[in-house]
Amino acid sequence: MDSLIKPSDDSQVREAVAWALSENKPLAVRGGGSKMSLGRPSNIEATLDLSSLSGVIGYEPSELVLTAKSGTLLSEISSLLRSENQEMAFEPPDLGPLFGSSPGQATLGGVIACNLSGPRRVRAGAARDHFLGMHAISGRAEIFKAGGKVVKNVTGYDLCKLVAGSYGTLAVLTEITIKVLPRSQKTRTVLIFGLSDKAGINALCEVVSSIHEPTGLAHLPTRITKHSKIDFVNDSGKSVTAIRLEGPEPSVLSRCETLRQTLGRLGTTEELHGKRSNVFWNEVGNVFPFVSRPQIVVWRILVAPTDAVLLTQNICSQCDAECYYDWAGGIIWLGTKETDLTTHEIVRRSVKAVGAQATMFRADANIRAALPVFEPLPDPLHKVTARIKQSFDPKGILNPGRLYADI
Amino acid sequence: MEMPPIDEAVIAKRSKIIELFQKILPEESVIDDSEALKAYETDGLTAYNQSPMIVVLPETTAEVSKILEICAAEDIKVVPRGAGTGLSGGALPLADGVTIGLAKLNRILDVDYLNRTATVQPGVTNLSISQAVESEGFYYAPDPSSQIACTIGGNVAENSGGVHCLKYGVTTNNILGLEMVLMGGEILRIGGKYSDSTGYDLLGLITGSEGLLGLITEVTVRILPKPETARAILVGFPTVETSGQCVIDIISAGIIPAGMEMMDKAAIHAAENFCKAGYPLDVEALLIVELDGPTIEVNHLLEKVKEIAQLRGATGIRESKNEAERLNFWAGRKAAFPAVGQISPDYYCMDGTIPRARLPEVLSSMTELAKKYNLRVANVFHAGDGNLHPLILYDANKPGELERAEEFGAEILTLCVEVGGVLTGEHGVGVEKRDLMGTMFNEQDLNQQQRVKCAFDAEGLLNPGKVFPTLHRCAELGKMHIHRGKVPFPNLPRF
Repeated sequence: MDSLIKPSDDSQVREAVAWALSENKPLAVRGGGSKMSLGRPSNIEATLDLSSLSGVIGYEPSELVLTAKSGTLLSEISSLLRSENQEMAFEPPDLGPLFGSSPGQATLGGVIACNLSGPRRVRAGAARDHFLGMHAISGRAEIFKAGGKVVKNVTGYDLCKLVAGSYGTLAVLTEITIKVLPRSQKTRTVLIFGLSDKAGINALCEVVSSIHEPTGLAHLPTRITKHSKIDFVNDSGKSVTAIRLEGPEPSVLSRCETLRQTLGRLGTTEELHGKRSNVFWNEVGNVFPFVSRPQIVVWRILVAPTDAVLLTQNICSQCDAECYYDWAGGIIWLGTKETDLTTHEIVRRSVKAVGAQATMFRADANIRAALPVFEPLPDPLHKVTARIKQSFDPKGILNPGRLYADI
Repeated sequence: MEMPPIDEAVIAKRSKIIELFQKILPEESVIDDSEALKAYETDGLTAYNQSPMIVVLPETTAEVSKILEICAAEDIKVVPRGAGTGLSGGALPLADGVTIGLAKLNRILDVDYLNRTATVQPGVTNLSISQAVESEGFYYAPDPSSQIACTIGGNVAENSGGVHCLKYGVTTNNILGLEMVLMGGEILRIGGKYSDSTGYDLLGLITGSEGLLGLITEVTVRILPKPETARAILVGFPTVETSGQCVIDIISAGIIPAGMEMMDKAAIHAAENFCKAGYPLDVEALLIVELDGPTIEVNHLLEKVKEIAQLRGATGIRESKNEAERLNFWAGRKAAFPAVGQISPDYYCMDGTIPRARLPEVLSSMTELAKKYNLRVANVFHAGDGNLHPLILYDANKPGELERAEEFGAEILTLCVEVGGVLTGEHGVGVEKRDLMGTMFNEQDLNQQQRVKCAFDAEGLLNPGKVFPTLHRCAELGKMHIHRGKVPFPNLPRF
């Protein structure tokens, strides 16, 4: 009877949390449900479904600010922004298909709560960088707000940052204000074929610091390219190193030409225009090579770019794994065939050796229940994390166990 | 300004505390002489001053840790301090408190061009990070006007901005890692040379926490390649309204300039008088618009900006012909505060942010308020991001003028909040805007913030009296009333 609560406003969310507190029943917080199998599985009976908290509340294109209820579909926000030639510059991914559901279900609240960003993160910043203000209900069943509705604000603690990436364990977001930015007039992607991982990442590290201001920098090894829907990429039979340029037309055309000339010394080059460029970067952001292979365990690894190749080589020499790189090597999407403890330990150990961080992003619920999903925190950080959780949600009512077993 | 009650027990054991510090620090790092302490009695908000009980100047993270261990054990309040350039009184000392100056932690530890990071100690100045990486064509983007003097540790504590943050973000968008020491001495390391660490975003929380959560002892910043070209134009307008409208037009055209600054007549004249930047004196408002990036793009967009400005009735447009001229355009703006200081014995700098579209009404209300308080005001404005810096001119030697200036300032900030803006865009709350926090946040909002403070500093020893208008004990904030089984919640849709 009480297994699904579907509030339609702030005060009903507050009531639901108050009910959960009084009944001592934890709540699984849910937006569109596209990422419900991301994180540790929680055997929580009651679900707090925020999909009725939907709609854009305020949008002032010239202020570069948009406010929406947390359950608003990203697709709705994107199309509204597009009508004004604007966008969410952090390029929120649509991970529904990766987790076995249909595309287009992701909500603003979900992408903020998980702090997930796409390929443009390398230049434009992450979801958390565009998250300006919120209304939320804490695990104490109190409505509170933080941040503001203007792009520049340092009034009080930046609680928005804490809530972004907290996987719903601190507060239930009800209203979100984000910074939005103009869409680029033109987009082009330069492809270089046949580079080794090392040469590809080196090229990306060089280009990211060049005067060309790229907004996407990915390297896809040969094993990965065949899964792309873009013919240049899947037909090549080679690795593809991709660099996206965006901006006003004359600038993009000129930079594209210069870049092809410069990179031509490394290998054959090609370019993707407009729509095909968009499709390609959606693939990169949405973790395309693993979407249709649900048996593969997918890891998301954050790393200093210069350690990226060493790290993947180390892993691949010990188990059957395939991967690709985005953010100029700052993020690795890695898939392993085996689901056993040994493989898990190989990844964790290799990541630790270079001081990186890994999330077991997609795996069967029983594996996610048995093994850590998120990078285990060093003890001092874990203690602070527990105290912060306590400060928002002292009874552990909101998504308990989703992030870490005791959080 | 009411500060937390003085703990007489701490004052009484002052010499014992000095001895404890002397045991762990070199002699010259413990300052207890009343003359020497005077140098620390204020920060950039000079209207307030207070001599600290003791100043310590650690040189290593280990020393910071030991100092905080002693302070926690002895129940001593702590005030962190960088270069002391903050404008909201965040480093205002306490009579019964130890000021920890971090200026001696001033080494650049690592520069990594391939990963685009620099790791530095907190006492390194903002500008010297850019200078250290300049030869390889890099820079550190946030550039507060005080960048020659202000430290990166202070920038992190205040989440400092600058004139280029419209395009490149503020401090929080440009740092990757931190080392910090908690009250009690525990050392935390957060983040690293990669983005978006998992777990709660402590990096984001600590940035802008105004020294209330911990002491920053190391910062890893993102360094960026210098843009190929940067060009600026000066655009004069016959009214501030048209100037404000021009800003909106530029952004609506999809152009995000690297910087977009507005000055009103009073500020233009003061700045021109101070540093001969070549500003037109026959205009009511002046815009400085800077574009940076690939040369072809800058040239293309600059033409568009000029067209937009002309359509809005700009009375004169001047382009920077070379790098020296571009820097000169900025010199006037960056020197606006000292320039105003030259035309008035004292000035009080405000820092609200408003939705850009509300600028005309806020400026005209401000003119009315200036009449009401019989004080002059000059305005400089980060127009691109709506961050307003009214400078209220007063004379502290005239009885009652400071108080009038403060009341005037409080009304301006309240107005900013009323039109949908915020109390502070980049200077921080500190002591200055502490008692105005209630205009923006209700008790529940503030209580949740203070509960987070409790997660770091349960005894409230770290920089008390700043940011929060009312201090609550952590135990009191933690209490929760649960109505078990009493309320049926009939209104909840359930399935």
